[in-house]
Order: sequence, then C-alpha cells, then structure tokens
Amino acid sequence: MDEETIRSTVAGMLDRAVKALPPDVRSALAECETDGDGIDAVQVRTIMENIRMGEEKGIPMCEDTGVPVFWLRYGKVPISLQDVVSAIKEGLVEAADRAPLRPNSVHPLTRLNHGDNFGHGLPLIHITPIESEQIEIWTLTKGHGSENMSALGMLAPAAGVKGIKEFVLETVVNAGGNPCPPLVLGVGIGGTADTAMALAKKALLRPIDTFNQDPSMAQLEADLRAGLRDIGVGPMGLGGSPTVIGVNVEHANCHPASLPVGVNVQCWADRWAKATFRMDGTVEVLGGDI
Amino acid sequence: MTDEVKRLTTPLSEEEARDLRIGDLVSFTGVVYTLRDQGHLRAMEQEVPVDLKGALVFHCGPLVKETSDGWEVLAAGPTTSIRMEGLEREFIERFRPGALMGKGGMGQRTSEALQEFGAVYLAWTGGAAVLAAEAIRSAEVYWLDLGTPEALWVFHVEDLGPVVVAMDSHGGNLYKEVRDKVERDMPAIRAGLGI
Ligand code: SF4
Repeated sequence: MDEETIRSTVAGMLDRAVKALPPDVRSALAECETDGDGIDAVQVRTIMENIRMGEEKGIPMCEDTGVPVFWLRYGKVPISLQDVVSAIKEGLVEAADRAPLRPNSVHPLTRLNHGDNFGHGLPLIHITPIESEQIEIWTLTKGHGSENMSALGMLAPAAGVKGIKEFVLETVVNAGGNPCPPLVLGVGIGGTADTAMALAKKALLRPIDTFNQDPSMAQLEADLRAGLRDIGVGPMGLGGSPTVIGVNVEHANCHPASLPVGVNVQCWADRWAKATFRMDGTVEVLGGDI
Repeated sequence: MTDEVKRLTTPLSEEEARDLRIGDLVSFTGVVYTLRDQGHLRAMEQEVPVDLKGALVFHCGPLVKETSDGWEVLAAGPTTSIRMEGLEREFIERFRPGALMGKGGMGQRTSEALQEFGAVYLAWTGGAAVLAAEAIRSAEVYWLDLGTPEALWVFHVEDLGPVVVAMDSHGGNLYKEVRDKVERDMPAIRAGLGI
C-alpha cells in the first residue's frame, strides 16, 4: 500500500468508470432493451448502442464526464491521510488526461474555467475513519443534468413513509426528461439537512440489486423500486418505460422534530467504482470493466 | 409518428421545419453549431461569427481532444435545454434557427417562438454522446475563452440521428403530452406506491 499504487489505481478506476458501466446498472439497462418501435424502445436501444460503442472504442460514454466525487474510507494503515489525499488528486490529474475527462470546474459566479477538475472545494473527498486495516476509495463521476434535479425535503415527522414516497415521486415527475432517465435514485433519510443529501449520494454507491440492512428501509426500497419504475415519464422524458431502474435508501437517526429526505437523482450513466487497498499489497477494484 | 427517418440537410428552410411533426424521426447532414448557457448569453451581446439562419443549434458541451490535426470530438451528447429557456425566445427571434436540439424539452415561451418563426426542437438521446460524435467529420471552434464545454463549436456532420422531433411549429409538445398523461395517471401511480 503506497502512494504510487493508490495514484495509479485511482487513475485507472476513473478512466474505467467513464467508459464502462458497473455490472448492476449495465444489466438493469440491458434488460430493458427490446426491438419495439415505440419512442421509449428507440431511446433505450440508442443508450445501449452508445454504451457498447463507448466500451469498444474506449471513449467516455457521455461527454459530461461529471464531477468526480470521492469517498475515502481510511482504516488503520501505515500511510498518512495527507499522502492518500494527494495520491487521489494525482490520480485524477492522470485520468483527466488519459480518459480524457471534461474540464468541469468553474467559479460559481465568474464561470471561469481553468481547464481542469480542480478549484476551490474541488475535488470533493468525503473522509470516514473505518476500523479495519485497509483503505477503501470510492468514486462517482456525477453528471450534473441529473444532479441539478436533486432535492431536499425537510418533512414533518407526521408525514412518515407516505410523505417520503410522495416527495420522491414529486422529485422524479418534476425532473421529467432533464436528468436523462432511466434513473437511479439515491435517497437519504434522517440526519440533518446536510447529512440527508450526503447519504442520498452515498446511496448511489451501493449496487442497485442489493437492499438496506434495516428491514423497514429495505421495504421502502422495494416499494419505491416497484412503484416508480413504470410511472410513464419514460426514457428521456419522452414517455413509456422504464422511468426508474434503481432506488437505494441510506439512513441516519434524526432530531425528534425532523424528517429530512434527500433525493439524489442519477442518470442512466451511473458511473461508480470502488477500490480496496489491503495491507498485503493487494488491490481489489469493482465497477465497470473494459 | 412515422418510423421512417427523414434525411435533412442544413440549413433548414422554414417550410422544411414547418413540415415536421412531433414524433417524426429525422437525421441531418451539414453543419451543427453548439451553444450552451454562456454561448447564448454572448450571442445576445456580441457579434456571432457564424450564420445561424435556418441552422441546427445544439445544446451541447462536447468532450474534445486537441491533436496535431486540429480538434477531435470524442463525445458530444445534449445538455439540459431548459437552462436556456430564459433567452431562447429572443435568440430565435434574432437569429431564426431552423432547429434546436437538446434534451429534456423547453418551456412555453420557446414553444411559442417555434410556432411564430417556424422551427422545431429535437430530442437527442441524453448521454448518447459517442454515437453523436460518430457522425462528426470535422470541427472548428470559436469563443474558446469560455472553456471547451461552453465554446461555440462548428461540427460538420454526416447523417447525425435519428433524433425525435419533440416540439414542433404547430404547438405540438411531446414532453407536455407525457406530463399530462402522468398527471392523469397519478391516482393509480400513488396507489401503486401505497400512498
Ligand atoms: S445527465 Fe448523465 S447521461 Fe445525461 S448528459 Fe448528464 S451525465 Fe450524460
């Protein structure tokens, strides 16, 4: 486990993330592919054709290679946190050149773009201490057509599960075709306003064919997955099916007076990757494969 | 809607644009100009270096690579069009493009301008950026100081498509039809969710 391994692994996982979808998302999309002649079938076929061509040519599937967000889960390891953070940044520099990644960092008011993915507050790295003797680095290259449709609801506790469902439904319907459906939704419930949104994004890092370990949250996931799939917004908001292909919920306890609900809207280009670095020098990478 | 893809060349005449109906599939050979948020703002303030009459204007911020032979466009899918809603009516009135292309659709003011001046809004599948780039033969750029995503790109394309006519010059709006249907279906959708 050294800086060089971390740097090159991060570069490799970002490069792969923008060129190949992780298996859970890819197969969920592939299952929707039909030879029908409705506009929805045409949209899904176009998406799949685009995915295959991107993989084949080694070109990012979408021109918006997103804002790379990182989660660093830092265990009991002999390498310093500062060194890991700088290795992640160097990996991003290399990936930007190799993939390439679109320079997606501008000043919020002047809109000045320095031609890279760095700047005040970027790249965003969430750091969490973990108990085990390893480091985990997760990344999501988040497109902002979908990020822009994300929403926070500070609900009344009395609104309960029904209120949460209503809020998620409203977010999807209001978004229409803007976030490039078929969508994956990350839902963060509880905590504070900021943690609900952070949990919503983190929820997107879990494969969409898995469930939250809390049975009440798993039930909510099952209900939202079944109930939102075919609401008729359709691929690209042009009607038909499917609208939503995945919903993951993450939660935290909250104040008795509060029920924060964050919804992070993710387009079909759900580009996550994860790497685990172990003490014996082995590295395991999950995500898209090309 | 017809399954047949209509092959068009740019620029579009007003008559050609008025001939298109929502649901039609079309493809284009000719020139495509990209303009996003900053490009629209600048176009309304400064002289535009290209002729946009009858043009196909693409809401797109491409992923490009500079090579010794010039610019290579790797991926060029649509961006969310509604962000340009605030300026699009005035833009259409001033420059009279034949078609706008993007994703997600646009608002009422744009729809009215399409009807008044005879133009259409086309939906290119969001994220299908590699396929779009496949149709691009060469590219030039203006306003690069805005950054590569926001610059004004000129793409020379061959058979770009098929794209769906999503808003036409007769007031037709596929997105609105879809939204209205979802609204009508809301009781059943809510019941399905157990609300
Ligand atoms: S929302 Fe996703 S698929 Fe659509 S343009 Fe942005 S990154 Fe690409």
